[in-house]
Amino acid sequence: MTGNHQALALLLFSAFVAVTLGITTWVSRNRHGSEEEFYVGGRLFSPMENGFAIAGDYMSAASFLGVTGLIALFGYDGLLYVVGFLVAWLVVLFLVAELVRNCGRFTLADVVAARMSERPVRIAAGTSSVTVSVLYLVAQMVGAGSLVALLLGNTGEAARSWAVIGVGALMVIYVSLGGMRATTWIQIVKAVLLLAGTVVLTVLVLVRFHGDFDQLLRTAAARSGHGDAFLAPGLKYGGDWTARFDFMSLGLALVLGTAGLPHILSRFYTVPTAQAARRSVVWAIGLIGGFYLMTIVLGFGAAAIVGPEAVRGSNVAGNTAVPLLALDLGGGADSTGGAVLFAVVGAIAFATILAVVAGITLASSASVAHDLYASLRRRQAKPRSEVAVARVAAVAVGVVAIALGLLARDLNVAFLVGLAFAVAASANLPVLMYSLFWRGFTTRGAVWAVYGGLVPALALVVLSPVVSGSPESLFPTVDFQYFPLQNPGLVSIPLGFLAGWLGTVTSAEVADEAKHAETEVRSLTGAGAA
Amino acid sequence: MRYEDPWYDALASGWGESAIMSTPGPEVPAARRRDTGTPAAAQIYLEVQHSAAFQEVRSRYRRFVVPAAAGFFVWYVAYVVTATTAPGLMARPVAGAVNVALLAGLGQFLSTFLLTWAYARHARLRRDRAALELRWDTQELTRGAKGGAS
Repeated sequence: MTGNHQALALLLFSAFVAVTLGITTWVSRNRHGSEEEFYVGGRLFSPMENGFAIAGDYMSAASFLGVTGLIALFGYDGLLYVVGFLVAWLVVLFLVAELVRNCGRFTLADVVAARMSERPVRIAAGTSSVTVSVLYLVAQMVGAGSLVALLLGNTGEAARSWAVIGVGALMVIYVSLGGMRATTWIQIVKAVLLLAGTVVLTVLVLVRFHGDFDQLLRTAAARSGHGDAFLAPGLKYGGDWTARFDFMSLGLALVLGTAGLPHILSRFYTVPTAQAARRSVVWAIGLIGGFYLMTIVLGFGAAAIVGPEAVRGSNVAGNTAVPLLALDLGGGADSTGGAVLFAVVGAIAFATILAVVAGITLASSASVAHDLYASLRRRQAKPRSEVAVARVAAVAVGVVAIALGLLARDLNVAFLVGLAFAVAASANLPVLMYSLFWRGFTTRGAVWAVYGGLVPALALVVLSPVVSGSPESLFPTVDFQYFPLQNPGLVSIPLGFLAGWLGTVTSAEVADEAKHAETEVRSLTGAGAA
Repeated sequence: MRYEDPWYDALASGWGESAIMSTPGPEVPAARRRDTGTPAAAQIYLEVQHSAAFQEVRSRYRRFVVPAAAGFFVWYVAYVVTATTAPGLMARPVAGAVNVALLAGLGQFLSTFLLTWAYARHARLRRDRAALELRWDTQELTRGAKGGAS
């Protein structure tokens, strides 16, 4: 990493920050401070814009850097991740996007609270949304730290800490000043940049192999040192049954978690109708699917061109495979082309982190202000103050995420994302599905479904090898590990559904027929939609 | 005035998912009381829910979504379980360096794209128009009602 790389990368990244800050100022030039405007950008985005923004929200650094690195190191087992990430969108498209758009106003809790006794349900759903968001934020902050360390060639603790603090400060500025409108445009710019960068790299990889994908696979397998085993599952998640169940747990969390991510759900409110929400998901699936197909090429390309040894030598987790690949494709470490491409990829990855972080911060500040604060405040507060609370909440969420990001900086990024997905699938998905589709669902069922998924998911993580009991743990010196799997999804997702069912059948309250009718009619027709 | 709406003369039989939309249901659903003057918004939603037009939209939605969701979920779980429990089968070569595992992975991508296309098409052709009509009619009714929700 010569001075050239660094200067260029910093320059490009500064340009991105300048452009996004410009956007933030531009879109907030004549704002009215309404909730509609702050949380959902006035609901005036087109399906294509929203599709790009969804893709921008979803294609995080974990997939761009983490998954390509996993493919470069473990071959096929890395590919299992991208399949889960993509298939998850069918759950969103079929069961969530349109119905949530029709029933809710700003958050997940809106959908549930419409049928139930509002206060306890809002507090429960708000709590779980904030928890999921903070977990996801920490993952992105940790990624930002590692990336900066790589780009600046300075793995010192100070540089990483300052990177985390800088990202946190920037996102708070974007969100609290620009609200949803600024955040959405930042996502769109980032999605275009990320897709363009990925397309260029993919084309360069394919050109290197004369368009022969078979040749690419053979070279990757030969260079990996594993031969044909590199192209088949089992290198990472083979072996003992704990590893296999761990993968099944992760697979379940990935496919069911997306539909419970608060920052994804809130994106559906930014378009005017359910039809527009559906079309934005179709756009998003096309963009995300194309992106993941290209990351497969990039991962195998990194294995074939850079080689797993060099990738592992730069970063044990493989997170630097794509920047190294860019360096090689541009003409090598000492060439101008290599330096330029390396810097471009680094800047794109950083922009990715920044944009994702802004999206999540906005969603969690909406949960704090619209769900938690609105339920706990005194009645006579004016509506205007909710947006003010959301701005303060964005700052608070930023501070918490910075603190946790500094604490957890040695954890693996892709793993942290998997954890956030598991908690989202356990705590948010059951209550959402029951509210939309179960006539007899009651308030107690809703509250139990949220806590019955949230508490086991978090407890199992605390008792897992991630936190204690192994050399890679957060606290390697102590051992209170009682749960063998790293990802709690396999146990906690069924528990969330079970708790919701149990709470409903044991409650004395009879479900309100009329409220269910209202939810069902509104969800499928859009009558009375905000 | 709401009795002029076309769906009121054909009440479907309630919760059941009858494919024949013109089956006349019970004369008056329990929730429907026509003697109380202007109905509350809650009453209107119950009536719309019991109307044949709404039941048709709902059953069209469910007839597509339930099998499709079950299908892709089973296919995905089967893929994950096979990849973790039977790597030998997945490693079997098909053509050149391409093996069963790679084809299965690409198959997941392909099935996702196809189902997305099929769902969007189904919704556009089979649901959107009816749902939109119901939306306007329902909003019309709730606007007329005291304490309407919209």
